[in-house]
Amino acid sequence: MSQNRPRYKDILKRKKDWPIVNLSQNKTPFLNEVSRHVFTNLTQDNGRKSLHEELETTIYREKQRVINNPWRVDPKDDLTFWKTIQKKQLAIKESKDRLIIEKEILKEIIDRYCKEIVGNFNKSSYRFAKRITTFGFARLLNAARVKGFNSIFSRQLDLQDQIHVVGEPDQLRKLAKIGTIILVPTHFSNLDSILIGWVIQFLGLPPFIYGAGLNLFNIKILAYFMNSLGAYKLDRRKKNPIYLETLKEYSKRALEWGCHSLFFPGGTRSRSGQIENSLKLGLLGTAIEAQRSLISDHGKQAKPIFIVPVVINYQFTLEAPSLINEHLKRTGRERYYRESDAYSNSKKITTFLMKFFTKKSDISVSIGRGLDVLGNYVNDQGQSLDQQGAVVDIKDYFLSNGKVNVDKQREHTYVQILSKKIISEYYKNNRVYSSHLVAYTAFKMLERKNSKLDLYSILRLSEDDLTLDYEAFKKNFKKLRSIILVLNEQGKVDVNDKLKNTTDESIIYGLNNIGMYHAKRPLIKSKDQILILNASTLYYYHNRLEGYGLEKYI
Amino acid sequence: MALKNTYKVTVGVIGTGNFGTALANLLAEKCHRVLLYARSEQKALQLNQTRKNGYHELADNVEIITDVSFLTEKCNLIFPIVPSINFREMMKNLSPYLKPYHVLIHGTKGFDFNKSNKSSNPLKESIIEIFTMSEVIRQESSVVRIGCIAGPNLSKEIASKMPAASVIASEFDEVINLGQKYLKNDRFLVFGSNDLISTELCGILKNIIAVGAGTIEGMKLGENAKALFITRGMVEMVEIAKAMGGQVEPFLGLAGIGDLIATCSSSLSRNYTVGVRLATGEKLSEIIHSIREVAEGIKTIDIIHEWSINNPIRIPITETLYKIIHEEITVEEAHTYMMKFPFTSEIKFLN
Repeated sequence: MSQNRPRYKDILKRKKDWPIVNLSQNKTPFLNEVSRHVFTNLTQDNGRKSLHEELETTIYREKQRVINNPWRVDPKDDLTFWKTIQKKQLAIKESKDRLIIEKEILKEIIDRYCKEIVGNFNKSSYRFAKRITTFGFARLLNAARVKGFNSIFSRQLDLQDQIHVVGEPDQLRKLAKIGTIILVPTHFSNLDSILIGWVIQFLGLPPFIYGAGLNLFNIKILAYFMNSLGAYKLDRRKKNPIYLETLKEYSKRALEWGCHSLFFPGGTRSRSGQIENSLKLGLLGTAIEAQRSLISDHGKQAKPIFIVPVVINYQFTLEAPSLINEHLKRTGRERYYRESDAYSNSKKITTFLMKFFTKKSDISVSIGRGLDVLGNYVNDQGQSLDQQGAVVDIKDYFLSNGKVNVDKQREHTYVQILSKKIISEYYKNNRVYSSHLVAYTAFKMLERKNSKLDLYSILRLSEDDLTLDYEAFKKNFKKLRSIILVLNEQGKVDVNDKLKNTTDESIIYGLNNIGMYHAKRPLIKSKDQILILNASTLYYYHNRLEGYGLEKYI
Repeated sequence: MALKNTYKVTVGVIGTGNFGTALANLLAEKCHRVLLYARSEQKALQLNQTRKNGYHELADNVEIITDVSFLTEKCNLIFPIVPSINFREMMKNLSPYLKPYHVLIHGTKGFDFNKSNKSSNPLKESIIEIFTMSEVIRQESSVVRIGCIAGPNLSKEIASKMPAASVIASEFDEVINLGQKYLKNDRFLVFGSNDLISTELCGILKNIIAVGAGTIEGMKLGENAKALFITRGMVEMVEIAKAMGGQVEPFLGLAGIGDLIATCSSSLSRNYTVGVRLATGEKLSEIIHSIREVAEGIKTIDIIHEWSINNPIRIPITETLYKIIHEEITVEEAHTYMMKFPFTSEIKFLN
């Protein structure tokens, strides 16, 4: 079984050719470039608040953050820094050179943010982390699955048996040689970044850089992986314009330097379990800005930027119970919720990984067709294609009267076009497993049965009301499956092969896999009944199939 | 005619109908050169010889052309003004010559549609997909900078140099700015809106109401009845637009209520005229045969009727007009029916 699998060779043999290595070796000039541009953007844009006000609020909020919400990863001198800055700012109130000093302060803040954001990619620790993710996991997998000490050295099973890379990996490899790639995966679990990291090296691509939530760097084991896999830090506590501008410029400049990047365009993990239907436009916007800058600097020689949507198909999400609770609390308009993280410490992760590798559950990663920054498909040569399949020149999107010009509003509209396209690619590449469909069928039946109740009341139903007749369930499952297979033929969704088995087999496979790692299974079969043991996690898994208009058929 | 404020620019207009010609003349006041594209050599020849098109006198700097590639090569800004029924075909011809730097501002107030029949559709449903012209442009070409021009613009009044105003709607500010720059003059105001789809819907849906208002006029039911009809019509337009994902705001502006008032009270409007003649007992086929240009409203009534099958909202006015034009009921019966219709609250869409 493992013999005839494709093995992908590295597309860039010499590590010194990797853009990320170039970036980390030239960290200082790179950061200076970023800092210089942020400074210019912030001091030139007239639409903003006065610099004075901007600094005042930023400094105040940062001091509040340091005092009220400090994290382990924060720099030791955080409080001293902001106190000193504040003193400086207060001192200049009466000074004549106010603007000059304010600009100096701004520069100091930008420089500090640059240093906080920058990643610490390191060739040798990358090699080590890479070995851990592949060989380490594979050993663990073998040891757990095939009993006996010797099996530690067996190559019988490895990650590839559990993680299927489907879609257009070959095109991705080709495009990575031509231009700069931005992978934009769906985001359901904190495991995603590690999984994508594995996929990237499995496909022989040089490491990607990506912005990872600073909170993850609080956990040592994750921090190690993130740093070595090329992560830069993204602090969601800091919402001030100076920080956000620095972050955007960092991402944009890295793209211009040719660093393949990974964005989770949904922002955070999907709380509801539904595929992203709105994306964060800020980070995506940097792709468009970077492409325009490259064109205006290099003309015809400009490197193209490619957007590659990726759908990660799990049949379970470790964090599902806590995610869905957060979602329900938010939509239920409760004003406060506490973020409880299933990844709060290293031990929990290790336990999870053990579970993950000992119980078999397929994961597939669908690599979508490459897009240009306007959302047009590109061919294997990296040329943009319009809807008729004719080649278009990406440069033409940025021209006005024959010249490349900067039009922020235009580019903002382009981001929306791109975002819509990415979402529609997600829906097309989403792979339906039996487990998704059993969840969808069961929850929709529950809703129909209790059509007078709102969602929150349904989730609070008592045990006795949480049963469904198996035959009715089977009938509905069969019907919905036939619709999904039609949608699949029309290219509107992807399906897992096991969905095509006989109805009973398919249902059993689904029931065995739905939320298999949770303490409480959401759905089981008992004699001639389907029992719902956890309505909110069932709701979470059911959401995965929302957005296809299936509800009409049940 | 070299005016002081002439821009050294060449802009294009596609379509030699009344509105296309009026627009070409308006553009000619501000732009150095206007290329007016005619579909047939014959029409081009006639326009070139007479320098007249119906009641329009062509401005000196309006040039009649029949070569699409010449049009797209010379003009970055093009105004396609052709009936909705020919729009997609026109775009297909134009598409190979269009580049993403082109800007298209269309002035077509009708839908394009695609009806899939039951047998070819595996979900066994009859589905009508409807598209506005901006969507057709997106589907058929690589152009993204798209806008539309809408508002009370009766061509004959524009041709007589009477004052008027328009809305240019586009997601792109640069498109609105271009349109304003080249169209605005001391008789013609140009407003801007970023809500392209809703603005298109205003122009399209008002044609339904124009046909209806014509029937009220034809039956000589008086101004009260017409005001009643137009107001209820406006509500129905908004309800349809909202069900299609549009917003209310543009309906309260020039493209909505402005255009509605103009078309529902003027014999210069084709849709309105069709209504008047229906009420006086003429058959639709005869009317269509005798008018020179397309009345978009008739097609829109059919499309909205079809669309409503899968979209359960109440559209009594459109449904009644559908029955009239398909001769299921007479105009008098329709009137009686409408007066008995159990309308509930007057306006709901503002909440």
